Amino acid sequence: MKKYIITALVANKSGVLTRISGLFARRGFNIDSLCVCATEDESLSRMTIVLNGDDYILSQMTKQMDKLIDVKKIAIAKEEESVLRELLLIKVAAPAEKRSEIIEIKDVYKAKIVDLSPESLVLEITGDTNKLDGFIGVLKPYGILEMARTGVTALARGDKKLKDLLDYNEMI
Amino acid sequence: MKLSGADILIRCLQEQGVDTVFGYPGGCVLDIYDAIYRDGKLCHILTAHEQGAAHAADGYARATGKTGVCIATSGPGATNLVTGIATAYMDSVPLVAITGNVTVSNLGRDSFQEVDIAGITMPITKHNYIVKDVNKLADTIREAFYIANSGRKGPVLIDIPKNLQTETAEYEETPCRAYTPKPVAKESLTDAVKAIRSAKRPLIIVGGGAISSNASENVRALAKKIQAPVSSTLMGLGAFPSSDAQFLGLVGMHGTDASAKAFLRADTVIVCGMRFSDRVAGDRAKFRDRKTIVQFDIDAAEIDKNVKSDVSVMADLNEILKTLLPLLDQADRADWLKEVNAYKEYEKNTAELPAAQKIIAAAKNFADESNPVATDVGQHQMWAAQYYPFEKPRTFISSGGLGTMGFGMGAAIGACVGTGKKTILVTGDGSFHMNLNELCTAVTYGLPLVLLLADNNTLGMVRQWQTLFYGKRYSQTTLDRKTDYVKLAEAFGAKGFVLDKPENAETVLAKAFAESGPVLVDCKIGIDDKVLPMIAPGKSFDSIITKI
Repeated sequence: MKKYIITALVANKSGVLTRISGLFARRGFNIDSLCVCATEDESLSRMTIVLNGDDYILSQMTKQMDKLIDVKKIAIAKEEESVLRELLLIKVAAPAEKRSEIIEIKDVYKAKIVDLSPESLVLEITGDTNKLDGFIGVLKPYGILEMARTGVTALARGDKKLKDLLDYNEMI
Repeated sequence: MKLSGADILIRCLQEQGVDTVFGYPGGCVLDIYDAIYRDGKLCHILTAHEQGAAHAADGYARATGKTGVCIATSGPGATNLVTGIATAYMDSVPLVAITGNVTVSNLGRDSFQEVDIAGITMPITKHNYIVKDVNKLADTIREAFYIANSGRKGPVLIDIPKNLQTETAEYEETPCRAYTPKPVAKESLTDAVKAIRSAKRPLIIVGGGAISSNASENVRALAKKIQAPVSSTLMGLGAFPSSDAQFLGLVGMHGTDASAKAFLRADTVIVCGMRFSDRVAGDRAKFRDRKTIVQFDIDAAEIDKNVKSDVSVMADLNEILKTLLPLLDQADRADWLKEVNAYKEYEKNTAELPAAQKIIAAAKNFADESNPVATDVGQHQMWAAQYYPFEKPRTFISSGGLGTMGFGMGAAIGACVGTGKKTILVTGDGSFHMNLNELCTAVTYGLPLVLLLADNNTLGMVRQWQTLFYGKRYSQTTLDRKTDYVKLAEAFGAKGFVLDKPENAETVLAKAFAESGPVLVDCKIGIDDKVLPMIAPGKSFDSIITKI
């Protein structure tokens, strides 16, 4: 099993997410995360999917997705050629005596404090998956009360744009 | 000009060249039916059940190559289409299903006869729509037809809420956007040419793609040029003439012994529009043993899906062949053709034929090569596939992928309406009982249908598996129905005959085929007749069973 990152431009309308997630469910594709967001073009949304699988599943998943009318462009994002980011909000138990330690950790990771209450802290951090995993690991001993991760979102480095690719439905 | 949504629908169907639709009225399509009435030009075939309408639209599309259209009301009307849509989806048949729904303001409130048909049909359509703005209706319909009929064809559903049918929008007639497959560049065929040239014993397998891309002529040209024998999947039947000396017949679970032997000996298999279904490929891992697989398919996702190919080209099959043929030299593989011919001869001389073979062969004497032959699903379907000599594409109308029992009546009606030709339906007593209601449709429209009902008092194919794999424990397969088929046919207003012995096939069929309207022939056959040869599920071609 390997991790693959797939980016896609899909029609920005209702039902598209169901169509795609339904495809994954019935074909048995397991995904780690799915991140959907708006783009510079309001008719399109951008999806970043982290797939846990092998080359066969990757190939089937991209080809089956590409066939969907609402999937306009699709590409596999290679880690070395892409900027990959994830955002994490994490609420840590932070009684007064531990607070300065946590703040030190936050500084090392270049995270931010976004909420402070007598017994806890909410920290915000952006980075790639490894960095976030590391950050969570270091905070664990203090007591993680809850956390939210956006899942990976990705853009290709350089001038390449997903928009410039051909759509399968235009190729046949 | 301003038109109501219902009128826009009718106009758009006409833009697409639709002259015939199959359907059933109901509360949420009243306005559409009113528009059909007022227009008066569309031929609407009223079936007994929406499932029949969906299968009829499917049969119409398979037989004519045009897009089939069916209409149903919301709720149960829409859900009754589901099996028909799934059948069309599995066999890549272009179909546009139109359903009514409750008004937009009532959507999502569990209103009377409301169902989320778009949600239900998502996995069995190429695409579907809920139209919520009447201004977008015309373009949605146009796009739906384009999608259904382009690339790998398939069904598209359009759900039109009731209020959209009466709301008005500006309508401007727009010419139909025809699908033209992209031409194939020489460069993309370099590897395929190399593989075919260096093959010693090539075998061509034709699938349904050869029919949907109208590639029959060029598949034949390829076979002649490279001197390769040709096997066919169930869906490919008719794409290659069965009278051609190079034709080996069906391949796969109930394929011919000759096909299996040729396959095992072949060093290169050229796969033309076939998806390596488990019924064909059997043991997927062994399929490519000591072989070069050259795969031509329009669907990128079919490349390497079930069996990994060595060379693949993703494009319309006919376009591939157009570019490929001039790149190949006339080959001489006389020894190879002689070898496979010996397999054919051996099989001809040794095969034990079931009673149904006599009936099917006799039926051929009363039909010409352009008469459609529809089937239901089961033993009779395989016998029709094995023993009816199909010469032309679009004459074998059968549910391959989904294996839908009950498909035949609707499909035969659709094929008959579409071609205007006498249509044979080979069915079984199990399948026929599922949708025999459509006999009334055939009678109402006076359709020349000849139903050959293989009557063995059992669900024969399931019984065959119970015999072979379940220790002859015939759980719920012995039918024991008391149906009198002749009386039943007559009650519907059709004619009925009994064929008690296959030896009398000629005489009884002569009477049946002389009828101008629908006629049912109750063909009595043995309960333990088998479909052979057989390759057990998941097994490889070398484990073919030719005798039991």
